[in-house]
Amino acid sequence: MSEVTMTVNGKPARGTIEGRTLLVEFLRDTLGLTGTHVGCDTSQCGACTVHVDGKAVKSCTMFAAEADGATVDTIEGQAAPDGTLNTIQQAFQDYHGLQCGFCTPGMVMSAAALLKDTPKPTEIEVRRYLQGNICRCTGYHNIVKAILAASGQDVTGIPGEIAAE
Amino acid sequence: MYAFEIERPATIEEAVRALSAEEAQPLAGGQTLIPTLKQRLAMPSVLVSLTGISGLRGIRTDEGGQLCIGASTTHAEVAAGAGVFPGLATMAGRIGDPAVRNRGTMGGSLANNDPSACYPAAALGAGATIVTDRREIAADDFFQGMFDTALDEGEIITEVRFPVPAASAYAKFEQPASRFALVGAFVARFPGGVRVAITGASEGGVFRWAEAEEALSRDFTASALEGVSVPSGDMIGDLHGTPEYRAHLVAIMTRRAVTAAA
Repeated sequence: MSEVTMTVNGKPARGTIEGRTLLVEFLRDTLGLTGTHVGCDTSQCGACTVHVDGKAVKSCTMFAAEADGATVDTIEGQAAPDGTLNTIQQAFQDYHGLQCGFCTPGMVMSAAALLKDTPKPTEIEVRRYLQGNICRCTGYHNIVKAILAASGQDVTGIPGEIAAE
Repeated sequence: MYAFEIERPATIEEAVRALSAEEAQPLAGGQTLIPTLKQRLAMPSVLVSLTGISGLRGIRTDEGGQLCIGASTTHAEVAAGAGVFPGLATMAGRIGDPAVRNRGTMGGSLANNDPSACYPAAALGAGATIVTDRREIAADDFFQGMFDTALDEGEIITEVRFPVPAASAYAKFEQPASRFALVGAFVARFPGGVRVAITGASEGGVFRWAEAEEALSRDFTASALEGVSVPSGDMIGDLHGTPEYRAHLVAIMTRRAVTAAA
């Protein structure tokens, strides 16, 4: 057992971990941040995507010990403290970018990473960037559309399940 | 996962010392090792994390014009920073998915030598030199079969030096679920000749395709490969493809790589 400290969503966090404790287990079980989901636990689905030192990573495929001293951002840190959704989250709501919602935390965190580096992605760039995020409701069209809308681009010509009014 | 300790040494010397412990194993980006541990296919007592060692990360060009990449440099960093060697940068940018590329490292991929991994094809195709904490190993001597390399127990890759070819490309026929190469071909044209390395296909892991190298050294065009084929005898056969199918793909992907590079 050892002690780790990290900055999670801007606040200091600490806890005791085993060597084999995954970052996602530390976030969910020790810190109670259950917004980060474990879909597959095999690095395939991306539901556990968080940012470590600004980079999107799969928190089920990184040990908590490796994040000692790091800055970690999760879905809980995306909305404003009063609950106001950020631009990406609001676009997911506006464009019906979620169905069951299980993959959504990972989708939003991947989208945030993409838009940080590529503020105006093409549809192809969005789809390529989401290769590591699986939506088993298969709601990809609206997810892609929501991310393009969140980037401030006109999405009227982009196919989607429903048109946002 | 079985229980183990994690050590995070700050220097190569500390890492080498930690790896001398019984059942100690190095941990690079963990994108293969952690899933392996979850399946209880490995049972280390200590994992020695290499990603906290300073000086193992970064990309530079040495006085001889070789592109030197620190072993802990991630695939995303190579994709973004190896622009002088576009074949390598493009290959790195298509490994796995973005989150995997933010953790996975070049050294980890080479040391693991997965028979379907992309990096071994690039290192062998470019004729890279693998530098470790104790020696330099030519790529031609480094890869010794499926999941097997010339690395000794506890030996750590520190840097890989790539001669930069005049033209190069990697063509990957992607297995869509794993995004590993069902077959991948890396071709590199140097003033002295062409090198071709094939991953994903052989039971022996990554290999150089001598017949294609000869044909392409005479004429670096896809049509130079007409009638050149690889025997299917030692090709992998599994639910994704028969040995004959893989042998066919070797020729196709090599041609595509040449077209992309030319």
